[in-house]
Amino acid sequence: MSELHALTVAQILKGLRSGTYSSKELTRAYLDRIEKHNPRLNAFLHIAAESALKAAAAADRKLARARKSKAKTPPLLGLPIAIKDVLTVAGLPATAGSRILESFVPTYNATSVQRLLDAGVVILGKTNTDEFAMGSSTENSAYGVVRNPWDEERVPGGSSGGSAAAVAAGLAPVALGTDTGGSVRQPAALCGLTGLKTTYGRVSRYGLIAFGSSLDTVGVLARTAQDAALILNVMAGYDPRDATTQESAAPKIKLNGKQGLKGLKVGVPSEYFIQGLQAEVEKAVRAAVAQLEKLGAQVRQVSLPHTAYALPVYYIIAPAEASANLARFDGVRYGLRVPEANLFDMFTHSRGQGFGPEVKRRIMIGTYALSAGYYDAYYGQAQKVRTLIRRDFEEAFRQVDLVAAPITPGSAFRIGAHTENPLEMYLEDVFTLPANLAGVPGLALPAGFDSQGLPLSLQLLGPHFSEGRLLQVGHAYQQVTDWHTATPIGFRHA
Amino acid sequence: MPLTRQDVEHIALLARLHLTEEEKERYRQQLSNILDHIGKLQELDTRAVQPMSSVVVQQSRLRQDEPGPAMPRPDLLSNAPEVADEQFRVPPVLDHAP
Repeated sequence: MSELHALTVAQILKGLRSGTYSSKELTRAYLDRIEKHNPRLNAFLHIAAESALKAAAAADRKLARARKSKAKTPPLLGLPIAIKDVLTVAGLPATAGSRILESFVPTYNATSVQRLLDAGVVILGKTNTDEFAMGSSTENSAYGVVRNPWDEERVPGGSSGGSAAAVAAGLAPVALGTDTGGSVRQPAALCGLTGLKTTYGRVSRYGLIAFGSSLDTVGVLARTAQDAALILNVMAGYDPRDATTQESAAPKIKLNGKQGLKGLKVGVPSEYFIQGLQAEVEKAVRAAVAQLEKLGAQVRQVSLPHTAYALPVYYIIAPAEASANLARFDGVRYGLRVPEANLFDMFTHSRGQGFGPEVKRRIMIGTYALSAGYYDAYYGQAQKVRTLIRRDFEEAFRQVDLVAAPITPGSAFRIGAHTENPLEMYLEDVFTLPANLAGVPGLALPAGFDSQGLPLSLQLLGPHFSEGRLLQVGHAYQQVTDWHTATPIGFRHA
Repeated sequence: MPLTRQDVEHIALLARLHLTEEEKERYRQQLSNILDHIGKLQELDTRAVQPMSSVVVQQSRLRQDEPGPAMPRPDLLSNAPEVADEQFRVPPVLDHAP
């Protein structure tokens, strides 16, 4: 029972059904690891030990009954999982990594969480995040930086850095994250995980604390493409509480390990291989593309000509939307209130003290971009260039089935490396932002290690609602590579 | 064009953010840098381009306007900083205008 923490979701579900171990044993094993490693890693903000063990015991009773009667059980019954702290779980705190929500305990479940609970999961706890998911390193959390299990002096990426570190260190088999500008893919890349950014409209955002409403998506950080598919299958689909969700039913994704990639057309966009891309990253990406070719794919060059404009477009649109979404934090209905003699001062002081530096910075950029006299030049122009970026993808996907590219310019950087210069931190996102602007899905796949032993990664991007294709390609790749099975040295044993 | 201190104060007022003097100066510099970078967008000719107004692929449709159950009042009030008579309580509104 000593290596439970190294199991994949697919293996766990099999073991639970056959009775090789109980959900309680499994949950206990993860909680023990959290207790041991979390004080250093800071991946979890809230550990739900008591409710997790209770849910695990209930799952075990159902599993035992089902074994006797041969009845079908919910698809994820007894599976432990971690949830990023920007999604609501009724009765557990939801801080979004912010002081302003330090005391907030939501009374309802996010739809994504509710669907997982209906499928039988056991929630281990809530994971650390950059404040309101704004960041690429988890250094913007009001509750302290998360450490990368591959090198604890380095960041795990962000904003879903807590979820990434938790899965990489074996503190959870799988975790939910959110991706507004790369916040699932980039931490997955820096922590050696498979990370799925879903199509805009695939998974409901009800109960997700909003950051950029035209960009926010719920995704998965997992060890394998197969595991990501198992979680997505449960979460995906129309939700009357989120009008942007696709109304037609989401197809259940079934992956085939024997299927090659014959006939698959893969495009490599030249605009992603630019100055600043580290040689080792480029080498790993090119090797991964060659591997896809070996599996039968046809590789050709494509162009996404407006890629360089994604960064300025994103840093207008995301802050503009954030400035509107975060207006709700006013000290009236929930969250921090700084007592002041009048309403106006109560607003400004509650927000001034409750928000951290990056959140204030983005609220101000957004407010400025939307203010009288600047709206057309900034927000209006950004929305137009966003059209061009989306057209780039539409044009590319007329020629190829998916696009293969790097996710980050380099491997995990040192804690503090970019904290003095916010613009430098924003540059971490150049390769992930375009997918959010276009609304298309993306997949991070472990694709090697650099000379310092840090994970390297491949990004696959597909047309809207092509998660099944992306995951099938990821699955085929993971049948012939073993990068995704590597675990960091300090976390190999129970 | 770098922002002035007055610009920063005006933005902070619109955003309802109280800033310290030190924050005002830091944000003045940082926002100027970021806006400078964002200004790169102006080099594109977009006169013939429609702004992207929706990310959703399908046509959006109106739903039926049917009343449904709302969140229970005790739940709604459970996170409020101050409650009086089953309502959110706030400090006086009228004694100060910005």
